[in-house]
Amino acid sequence: MAVSRNLQGWLLAAPLTAVLAGFLVLPILTIFIVSFWQATEFSIIPAFSLENYQFLLTSPVTYQVFFKTFVYAALVWGLTLGIGFTVAYYLAFHIRSEATRMVLFLLCTIPFLTSNIIRMISWIPFLGRNGLANQALMSLGIVDAPVEWLLYSDFSVVLAFVHLNTLFMITPIFNTMMRIDRSLVEAARDNGASGRQILTHVIIPLSKPGIMIGTIFVLALVMGDFITVRFMSGSQSANVGRLISNDIALLQYPSASATSIVLLAVVLLIIGALMRFVNIRKEL
Amino acid sequence: MSKMRYSRRSILKSGAAVAAASALPAPMIWAQEIKNITLRQFGTGVSNLNEVGQKVKEELGFTLEMTALDSDSVTQRAATQPDSFDIADIEYWICKKVWPTGNLQAMDTTKIKNYDKIVGIFKDGKLTPESVVAQGTAPNTVGFVEGPGSTAFAKEQTQWMTLIPTIYNADTLGIRPDLIGRPIESWAELLNPEFKGKASILDISSIGIMDMAMVCEASGKIKYGDKGNMTRAEIDQTIAIFTEAKKAGQFRAFWKSFDESVNLMASGEVVIQSMWSPAVTAVKSRGIPCVFQPLKEGYRAWGGGLGLSKSLTGMQLDAAYEYINWYLSGWVGAFLMRQGYYSAVPATSKDFMTPNEWGYWFEGKPAAEDIADPFGKVMAKAGESRDGGSFYERMGHVACWNSVMDENQYMVRKWNEFIAS
Repeated sequence: MAVSRNLQGWLLAAPLTAVLAGFLVLPILTIFIVSFWQATEFSIIPAFSLENYQFLLTSPVTYQVFFKTFVYAALVWGLTLGIGFTVAYYLAFHIRSEATRMVLFLLCTIPFLTSNIIRMISWIPFLGRNGLANQALMSLGIVDAPVEWLLYSDFSVVLAFVHLNTLFMITPIFNTMMRIDRSLVEAARDNGASGRQILTHVIIPLSKPGIMIGTIFVLALVMGDFITVRFMSGSQSANVGRLISNDIALLQYPSASATSIVLLAVVLLIIGALMRFVNIRKEL
Repeated sequence: MSKMRYSRRSILKSGAAVAAASALPAPMIWAQEIKNITLRQFGTGVSNLNEVGQKVKEELGFTLEMTALDSDSVTQRAATQPDSFDIADIEYWICKKVWPTGNLQAMDTTKIKNYDKIVGIFKDGKLTPESVVAQGTAPNTVGFVEGPGSTAFAKEQTQWMTLIPTIYNADTLGIRPDLIGRPIESWAELLNPEFKGKASILDISSIGIMDMAMVCEASGKIKYGDKGNMTRAEIDQTIAIFTEAKKAGQFRAFWKSFDESVNLMASGEVVIQSMWSPAVTAVKSRGIPCVFQPLKEGYRAWGGGLGLSKSLTGMQLDAAYEYINWYLSGWVGAFLMRQGYYSAVPATSKDFMTPNEWGYWFEGKPAAEDIADPFGKVMAKAGESRDGGSFYERMGHVACWNSVMDENQYMVRKWNEFIAS
């Protein structure tokens, strides 16, 4: 009986295992293997060479670009967390009617009805030198000349990232907040806790798993992105994703693979470290 | 003689049928098979036009499938997947990279009907007998090989051609005359602090580096041995000058695709930048003044051609020759010239253009009446003339061809540093 139940378990897990093995593990393994290969301008040569890693780890560009990637990730994480938490808190605790709550939550998802590339590109005419934002600022007399740093700058990159990714923070935080037992808040209030104390001692600790899931989404999306950085910085700044995409464009697959493996390792390390703080599975 | 000479249409044309019947045992079988032939062509968007495919179907009877890719993907595919295409529409510098892989086969020039009329640039490198061959990967330097199976380029014209030239053009800087308000005469203006935050350059390393070199040379900062084949020191110096300018905020953005360059210019984000001829036209067609400014140091030119996959044989190969001969016979050339490019055999295209069009596009004369592109959109009003003038005026002032350098990989790394800086 035990054996057959065991078997049943394996069988049930088999389809997912097969899909993950075929579409996740195998490609990553391939990338890992290719990262040791060598390339000329138009061909790749199977080999076992550490040259790609050696070049990558000794080039100042790599560190510059990784630094930039971390800066973007940190800024975007902070902003999406701030906005996401506030919105989720408002939806979960301030809105009393279930119907209103769902309507408002759906409102948050409306931008997702269009492709994220379009949502991103639509910022360009808005923020441009002669764009709506500058026209408004000038007609209000706030500035005399168009503000240049609105577009093709780190500002516009971060703005687009925040716009694209905040929902990934809102949803999981909202979800965990909805499961918080309201009697805990009442108990805290009965015991004399102030609003701020309830927030820091009850709600934030209990929302951590949601925050963590949102963090993983946002970090993974921002660190792996290249197109947002390219469009919104006007190709003027580079993150790791752009380094990889440039390599691919120039047929340097082994070097692109090596960079990808390093990026993957870095992201996994960050997520691993985050997981030590919060046990996500306990809360799911 | 090729079996393909007898297409179904020509056979149906009375007398030819008799000749065909005597020359070929079963002409009608060939005719059926021609319809079943499909040639797969891929290349950059410039010349991969559906109109050409349709016309081929009408005039030659077989099917031409076209795939448009960016130049990096084109290079990659030509180099790594010879069985995925029959005809590669590539640029000459791509040919220099790809030919050594042996994935393309040389073409017998004796089978090319209009070979004699092909512009000199693609044969001995000289537009006119007095011309000097420009720097970079000039088409004649990679245009021929010694024999059918050879992977090394020949120094002189031979019977074996690598690419049959199709289109080419001379590029320069595009400017917004209304926003600049004074004449621009030199490439050096791209780094003029007057245009701080309003300049742009293209982020395609192999072409961008050439534009950079034109600028550095024009401003007298660097003297190059060969701009198309720089030494490491020259690359370092060039990139250093532009990195400094970038840090000082000279550039508004860099562009990678055609549309981006059009939008940068049309929106007024940028007033001076590297540009391609059709992009200038696209800006103009929105009613915004834009000039493809001829500069005293000359143009950066590029050229493309059709190459045959080595896996083409028999009927397919005959069809490919048929297609190439048709390509050079004028209709396509005229179609492309109406968009501002040049045809490899201008003489044949003349018959397919009105004297007004020919005068405007080729001879640099003021338009007698409005000039429309092949899709009917007005490109120039009566009285206007083409930026840069006539064919000889423009192609005679080429300073450098798009190229691939010996130090290409080093250059690419430096380029990445420039972008990341």
